[in-house]
Amino acid sequence: MVTRPGQKPETIGTIRNERIVEKLVEAEKVKGRSLWQDAAGRFTRNRAAVAALVTLLAVVIFTLLGPFIAQWSNEEIDWARMGDIAGQGGPSIETGHYFGLDEVGRDLFARTIQATQTSLIVGVIGALMAVIIGTLYGAISGFVGGWVDNLMMRTVDILIAVPYMFIIILLMVMFERSFLMLFVGIGVVSWLEMSRIVRGQTLSLKHREFIEAAQAAGVGWFTIVRRHILPNLMGVVVVYATLLVPQMILVESFISFLGLGVQEPNTSLGALISKGASTIIYGTIWQLAWPLVFFLLTIISLFFIGDGLRDALDPKER
Amino acid sequence: MLRYILRRLLIAIPTLLILIIICFLLMYAAPGGPFTSERPLPPQVLANIEAKYGLNDPLPVQMWNYVVGIVTRFDFGPSFIYKDRDVNDIIAQGFPVTLTYGTISFVIATLVGVSLGVLAAIRHNTLLDYIAVGATFSAQALPNFVMAPILVIIFTWQLGWLPGGGWNGGQWQYVVMPVIALSTSYMASIARITRSSMLETLHSNFIRTAKAKGLSTRTIIRRHAMKPAMMPVVSYLGPAFVAMITGSVVIDLYFSTGGIGQSFVNSALNRDYAVMLGVTILYGTLTIIFNLLADVAYAWLDPKIRY
Repeated sequence: MVTRPGQKPETIGTIRNERIVEKLVEAEKVKGRSLWQDAAGRFTRNRAAVAALVTLLAVVIFTLLGPFIAQWSNEEIDWARMGDIAGQGGPSIETGHYFGLDEVGRDLFARTIQATQTSLIVGVIGALMAVIIGTLYGAISGFVGGWVDNLMMRTVDILIAVPYMFIIILLMVMFERSFLMLFVGIGVVSWLEMSRIVRGQTLSLKHREFIEAAQAAGVGWFTIVRRHILPNLMGVVVVYATLLVPQMILVESFISFLGLGVQEPNTSLGALISKGASTIIYGTIWQLAWPLVFFLLTIISLFFIGDGLRDALDPKER
Repeated sequence: MLRYILRRLLIAIPTLLILIIICFLLMYAAPGGPFTSERPLPPQVLANIEAKYGLNDPLPVQMWNYVVGIVTRFDFGPSFIYKDRDVNDIIAQGFPVTLTYGTISFVIATLVGVSLGVLAAIRHNTLLDYIAVGATFSAQALPNFVMAPILVIIFTWQLGWLPGGGWNGGQWQYVVMPVIALSTSYMASIARITRSSMLETLHSNFIRTAKAKGLSTRTIIRRHAMKPAMMPVVSYLGPAFVAMITGSVVIDLYFSTGGIGQSFVNSALNRDYAVMLGVTILYGTLTIIFNLLADVAYAWLDPKIRY
């Protein structure tokens, strides 16, 4: 046939195409793993971190489901037993006070749940504020550079040298001892360290080729920060934010321990520990023990999770 | 080096001024004052009291007087609650106590923490190392306000060895528990940092060279590894010092040592702003001075930084 000479390359062409398609299908199967999948794998192999995650989840589920099991609300006073708390106020199933009574006769089970919720919320919101303010501040400072960077970082240098615990206490005492003021106080200080870390990371990203490419393509600086810098900062930010949560809980507990934190009827683990610590003379050890157990479980498991995430997301650092 | 110290001082001075100004503005902006009580004072009396404390001057004048008083005379002004005492008296009374056990805690936390960390690094992956790592990890989760009641339960209620509070002129029985409660978690952090940085140093090339020369482990650690391994520790000492100052408030309060933290909390509850500000500024000054010292020490240790 006349077309014969031409057919051969065509067949070869089809075969080639088919091979490429096959290769592509195979490639689809082995699919590259993202940084996050890799990290998840490393995290789940870290037994301590997984155990800590399970513990933390258990604590969270307990605070969510606990109110349904509780026989008493956190504000009710058990008048029948409040006269003899050391004698009859101990933890017991029969009375419905699983964790016993507190120093004025309220159910410690309900109070502990309430306090754990408060502490967890304070920790998470404090860390979130640090993430939002600190990341934006640090990324802009690092990316813009020049005198803006200098000014922004000198400001942080000065603010970081201020003893923040006292500033939070000043804020809370002078205005009002409410959750709002607590969050304002924590928000004012928690982002400082984060902004430094993020700035350092941004500086090292800034001169990479993909940023230069974006600049060459005429992308505006804010879009570059948002689309290219921030996603690459996520690893560091996540690790640091996880480690910030227990720190924020510690700060709040510290202030509450001094009696300068949130006011009744609100409570937090620090406030309960403080009350429990001041009543051990009367032999009511459960008033210290239960809040302490929840405090330690939360803090230690958060430490382990943070450590595990650091190892998982930044394998070089080990 | 001298230029570096001078430059750091140049940052430290405005920091201090800004701290004073922030505190003062907070006090000025706060609703309600020490003289707002449930039974309102007659306006004339209130005006007289405010005139006596200079509270009716315009803001810049008040601030100027306050700052000048502190800078030139170390004078933090009168207390708003105690008529016969000024803030300086209150600080002079409580500060020596806090300083005494604070210094002891800091020294112990550093010495024990560093020794423990170095030991764990030398005996890497042995039982001692595992115990040290486990102990320091859990100790980090034991802040002073958790340690203090636990110590009191054990040593005062169960064993009856130590008094549960008070100061008694600084007799050792009264100092032991405050020091342990304050230093434990920082000791643990210092030990962890020392261990990991010492491990890193011990794996570096110049240590291998030293080993190849046939030096003993003791000499290697003392002469070669110690200095570079101490750098992260030194940079942690600044924050640790600040945290311990803050922690001393809890210790003062819980152990009733009569230290300055007790005055701070009482003044906060009484809205005695003058005392609160005085104590905050004192703590802030200590913080800034100590950070300055830590930075200078770091610059001296680090051969790469030469100013």
